[in-house]
Amino acid sequence: MIIARSFSHTPPWGALVHNLVWVALHVPIVTFLGLIIAYLLKYHVRGSTIIKAILFLGIVIPPAVGGLIIRFMFEADIGIVPILFSYVGVESLSKTWTLYPQTALLALILGSVWLWLGFSVTVFAAAMETIPRSHIEAAKVFGASTWQTFYRIVAPQLKPAITVVVVMTLLWDLKIFDIVYASTGGGPGGSTTVLALVMYNYFARALDYYRSAAVAVILTLVVIPFIVLIIRRERG
Amino acid sequence: MKKSFISRRAFKTLALNLVVWIFALAWMLPFIGLVAVSIQPYREVVVKGWVRVPDLSSLTLNNYIEALRNPLYDLATGYRNSVIVAFLSSLILVVAAALTAYAFANLDFRLKALLFATILFIMMVPQQLTVVPLFLLYRNLGLYNTFQGVILLHSAWGIAWVTFFLRNYLRFIPRSLVEAARVDGASEITIFYKIILPLSIPALIASFIMQFTWVWNDLFYALVFLASRDKQVITQKVVMLKGEFHIDWGLLTAGSIISMSTPLILYVVFNRYFMRGVAAWGVKR
Repeated sequence: MIIARSFSHTPPWGALVHNLVWVALHVPIVTFLGLIIAYLLKYHVRGSTIIKAILFLGIVIPPAVGGLIIRFMFEADIGIVPILFSYVGVESLSKTWTLYPQTALLALILGSVWLWLGFSVTVFAAAMETIPRSHIEAAKVFGASTWQTFYRIVAPQLKPAITVVVVMTLLWDLKIFDIVYASTGGGPGGSTTVLALVMYNYFARALDYYRSAAVAVILTLVVIPFIVLIIRRERG
Repeated sequence: MKKSFISRRAFKTLALNLVVWIFALAWMLPFIGLVAVSIQPYREVVVKGWVRVPDLSSLTLNNYIEALRNPLYDLATGYRNSVIVAFLSSLILVVAAALTAYAFANLDFRLKALLFATILFIMMVPQQLTVVPLFLLYRNLGLYNTFQGVILLHSAWGIAWVTFFLRNYLRFIPRSLVEAARVDGASEITIFYKIILPLSIPALIASFIMQFTWVWNDLFYALVFLASRDKQVITQKVVMLKGEFHIDWGLLTAGSIISMSTPLILYVVFNRYFMRGVAAWGVKR
C-alpha cells in the first residue's frame, strides 16, 4: 500500500488512492452480494424479514463503533477472522490484520462490507417488490433455472436500483471517516489514511486550517459528479 | 419420475435456505463475540478465548461499570450529553423541516427547482466541507465547545435530508385536499396545522427517530466542536477507550455495546421506519 505522510505538503494522493481502492473493492462486492441475497430472500428463503433485519444492523450502529468492531473482528486470538485462519492453518493471516500495512486496509474494506451490506440488500429487496411475481412464475413454467431467471428477468428490471446502490456506496466510501478514525487512526504507517482523515489531521493536529480546508474542497470535488447523478435522478 | 423431480427441487430449496441462514448467523458472529467478551473478565478471555460456553461463575458486569463510572472513561457523562444533543437537535429540526417540506410539496415559488437541487446537494456533500469556516465563526460567536453550537449545527445539517424525506411523504397527500381548503379561504398556516400536520404524524415520528439516531451516531462534528471532557458525547468517549498501545477488549466491547444500545433499541421498536427510509431509494418515485 502507498504510505501517505500526513503532514508532507504535497496533495494527499496516497489517501486518495486508498479511497479509490476502497471503492474498487467495496462497491462491486456490496452490489453483487446484495443482489444475490435480496433475490434469494425474495423467492427462495423463509424468514427473510429476520435475515434482512440482521443484515441491516450494520447501518443502525454508530460507524465509530462499527470501526471498533472491525478492529475486534480482525484481532489475533479474539477476532473471528484470525481465529478462522489459524484454525485452517494459514499462519500469515491469523495475526492482528490492522497492525500490518499489508493487511490493514483490506481488513477495513472487508469490515465495511459487513457494515454496509444491509443497505444494498434493503434497497434491492424493495426494488424487487415492484417486479410482479407472475414474471418469475412464468419463467419457471418455461423451465428457466434460478440463475437464468435472475439474470434474464430480475436483473434487467433492477437497473435503476443498481445505479442507486452503486452511487450511494461510492459516496459512502469516498466520505469515509469514522470507521478509519476509530479502528486504525490511519495507521500503521499511514497505510489506511483516507481523504477525510487527512482533512481532520490538518485541522485538529497540525492546526493548519488552510490546508485542512483545501483537502475538504478536494474531497468535495471528488464526490460532486456522483452527487449530480443522484440529483438528476431525483428531479427527473 | 415426476416425484423425484419434485423432491430434487425441495432439496435445492432446503439447501438454499440453509446456506442463507448460515450466512446470516455468521453475520451476527461479531456481535455475539462482542457480548461474550464484554461480560467476562478480560484476563479470562485472553487465556481461554470466547468461542465457548462461558463459565456462569465468572460472568460479570464489571466492564460496564468500569466504562460508565471510572472518571478516566466516564461514558455516563457522554451518554447524558448525547441524549441532550440528539434530542434537542432532532426536535428543532423536525419543526423546521416540516415547514420547509410543506412549502416544497404544496406551494409554487420562484427558483423552487434550484432550491430543491440545493437541498439534495447539501444532503450528500461531505461534512468536512463545512467545518473550517464554521469553526472560525463559532469561535468568534462563543459557540465553540458548547451544546448550543452543536445542537444548532446538527439541526441545520439535517434539515436537507429531512426536508427531502418529508416532502416525498407529503406529496402523497392529495393536493385537492389543500386546494379545497384554500378555496374555503383557509390560510397556509391553517392548512398546515389543521390538515397536513395531523396526516403526517407517522412521517414526523420517523424523521425524528432517524435524525436522533444520526446525531447519536455522529463522531465527526462532535470531534471538531466539542473539546472539553465534560461536553464530549458518547461516540468520542468510546473511541478514547482504545488505549494507544494496549487495548482492554473487555472495556472496549462493553463501551461499544453501551454506545450502540440506544440506536439498537430504537431500531427494534421502530424497525419499519428505518428500513423504509432506506428502501425508498430502491423504488422509483
